[in-house]
Amino acid sequence: MSLWRDIRGTILPFWVTLRYLFRRPVTVCYPERKQIPAPRYRGRLILTRDPDGEERCVACHLCSAACPVDCISMQAAEREDGRRYAAWFRINFSRCIFCGLCTEACPTLALQMTAEYELATRELLQVVCEKEELLIDGCGKNDQYNFYRLAGIGVAAPRGSNPGESPPVDIRSNLP
Amino acid sequence: MNDVLLTFILIVIKLGLVLGTVLSLAAYMVLAERKILGRMQMRHGPNRVGPFGLLQPLADLIKLLCKEDLIPERADRWVFMLAPAISTITALLAFAVIPFAAPLHLFGRTIPMVICDLNVGLLYLLALSSLAVYGVALGGWASQSKYSLLGGLRAMAQMISYELAMGLAIVPVVMSSQSFSLTAIIAAQQTLPNAIRHPLAFLIFVIAIMAESKRTPFDMPEAENELVAGFHTEYSGMRFGMFFVGEYLNLIVLGAMLTVLFLGGWHGPLLPSVCWFLIKVLGVAFFFIWVRGTMPRLRYDQLMAFGWKILVPLGLLNILVTAAWLLWRG
Amino acid sequence: MPTLLFYILAAITLLSTVLCLTRKNPVHAVLYLVHALFALALLYFLLGAPLLAAWQIILYAGAIMVLFLFIIMLVESPVADQSSRRLSRWLPPAALSGSLLVCGGALIVMDPAATAVISSYWLTPRDFGCALFEHYGLAVEIISLILLFAAVGAFHLGRRYRPNSKEDVS
Repeated sequence: MSLWRDIRGTILPFWVTLRYLFRRPVTVCYPERKQIPAPRYRGRLILTRDPDGEERCVACHLCSAACPVDCISMQAAEREDGRRYAAWFRINFSRCIFCGLCTEACPTLALQMTAEYELATRELLQVVCEKEELLIDGCGKNDQYNFYRLAGIGVAAPRGSNPGESPPVDIRSNLP
Repeated sequence: MNDVLLTFILIVIKLGLVLGTVLSLAAYMVLAERKILGRMQMRHGPNRVGPFGLLQPLADLIKLLCKEDLIPERADRWVFMLAPAISTITALLAFAVIPFAAPLHLFGRTIPMVICDLNVGLLYLLALSSLAVYGVALGGWASQSKYSLLGGLRAMAQMISYELAMGLAIVPVVMSSQSFSLTAIIAAQQTLPNAIRHPLAFLIFVIAIMAESKRTPFDMPEAENELVAGFHTEYSGMRFGMFFVGEYLNLIVLGAMLTVLFLGGWHGPLLPSVCWFLIKVLGVAFFFIWVRGTMPRLRYDQLMAFGWKILVPLGLLNILVTAAWLLWRG
Repeated sequence: MPTLLFYILAAITLLSTVLCLTRKNPVHAVLYLVHALFALALLYFLLGAPLLAAWQIILYAGAIMVLFLFIIMLVESPVADQSSRRLSRWLPPAALSGSLLVCGGALIVMDPAATAVISSYWLTPRDFGCALFEHYGLAVEIISLILLFAAVGAFHLGRRYRPNSKEDVS
C-alpha cells in the first residue's frame, strides 16, 4: 500500500505543475501596469507642514538618532519667537532602508512616509534630498495635529490659550 | 578522388546544418526552460528583450562575451581553460552519429541523413558521454576551490555510477535490433518503438540520462544551497557560458539519444521525418524541463543507493529476461 | 595515406605516453595518458576494429582514468607553477591534440562507414562477441569469477569497522 502511495506521490505533482503551466501568471508587469501601494506603504520620506502652514519639524534630531543607517542629518536653528526649525535637512535615499523608524520617532509628525516608490535614478546625487525637495505644502497624515498647540509651549499661541489647556499656574499666588 | 571530395562536401554541408540547428536550439532551450519554469510557477519568465523575450538568448550571449574572464590566482590555468571546452565539445561531437531524418534520394544518390554512420555509433555515444565527465571533473579540480572540487567529485561519482545503468539499459535495444549502428536501431523500430518493446529499459534509461545530464532531481554537483554552483563556481564570462551551453547541448543530445534508441527515431506518420525527429527531441526536452519544475533534489546517499542498489540490478535482470525471451522465440 | 596516418597516430601515442611519464603534476599526467588512449583508439579504428576502439575509450578513458583522477583530485595538488602562463608551454599539448583531431577528421572523411582501412580483416561486433564468448569463453568466465572475488573482497574491506557490531545491530 505504501508503494502505491509513493507512486501516486511521484506522479501527481506532474499533474499539478502541468495545470499551473496553463494558468495566468500572477506577476504584475511593472512598467506597463503599476500597482497602487497600500496607504501605509513605506516609500519616500517627506516633511509636512502643520494646519497653520508652518513647518512641523522642530529639528529635535530624534529621527537621525533613530535611523539605523544614519542617513538623516540636519542643522537646528531657532526663530526669534522661540520656534525651532531645521536650517538644513538632508536625507540620503541611497542609504535609506525605508524602515520607518524615523517617522515613529518624530514627535511633531513632521517626517512622514509616502507611497512613492520609484526612486531609482542614474545620477547618484539626485537621491540625496535637501529640505526644499522634502518639504511639501500640506499636512500629510493627521492633518489636525499641531505640535505647538498641544505641547504647552507658548510659540504658536500664548500658553494656556490652546483648546483643552488650563491656564498656567501662577506659582506666586500659590504661596501659603 | 572525386567521390571522396563529394563525400567531404556533403559532410561539411550536413555538419553546418546540424551545428547551426543544434546551437540555436540550445540557445533557445535556455529561454524555453526559463519560460516554462516561470509559467509553472505562475510567473512570466523573461519577456523584456524583443517580443515575448525572444531575443533573450542573444542578450545573454552578448553579456557573457563582454564580461571579464577571471582566472583564480592559484588555479591551474592550463586545465582551467581546457575544461569548459571539453564539456561543450563532447556534447557537440555526439551529433556526428545521430541520424536525424530518413535517407534522402537526390540525383540518383542516396544521401544518409547522418554526418557519419559509424557501425558502432551507439558505443561512440557512450564513449562521449563518459568523456563528458572530464570537463566537469577537471573544471572542479583546476579552480582550486573547495566548492568546485566537491562539485567535481560529486559529478564524477554520479556520472560514472549512472553510466553503468545507462549502458545496461541500452543492451536490450542492441539485442533486439542486433546492431550497434544507430541507423539499424532506427530501422528495427519501424513498426514498434523500443519504448513499448522494452518498457523497463526505457524507464531506467530515462532516469539514468537525467542523472547523466546533472539535471534537477539529480543536480547535486551544482546544488546551490550547499556548493554555491559546484564545479563552475569560479568560472565567469564565456567560459561559464560554455559550461552553460554544454549543459543545454547535452539536454538535446540526450533527447536525441532517447529518440533514436527508444522512441523510434524519425519514424512517424504524415509529417516529414525531420519534423518527427525534432518533435520527439523537443518533447523529451520539455519532459526534462517539466521534471525540473516538479521534482525536489535527492540527497547524495539516496542518489548513490538508487543507482547502485535499484537501477543496476534492475538493468541486469532486464537483460537476463530479454535475452531469455529472445532465445526462446528463436 | 592510411599508412601515413598509422605512423602519425603511433608517434602521437608514443609522444603523449612519454609526456605522461615525465609530468610532475599528476593531473597533467592523467590528461596525457587519456590523450594516448585516444590515439590508441584511433589506431584500433584504423586497423579495422571499431568496437575495440569504442571500448578503449569507454572503459579506459571513460571509467578507469576517471577513477584515477578521482583519487588524484582528493590528494593535495601541487600549486600550479606560474610559468604555464607563457604561450610556449601550451605548444606541445596543443600540437598533439591538434594533430590527433586532424587525423580523426581525415579518418572519418576517408571512411565514414568504418570499414577496413589498413588491415585486410574487418572485425565486426558479431565476430568480436563470437570470439570472446565461444573461443575464449572459459577465460572470460574465469576472469569474471576473479573480478567477483575482488568485488567481494573490496566490499569486505570497505565495510565500516564496528568493534561490537553484534550488540549494535538490533
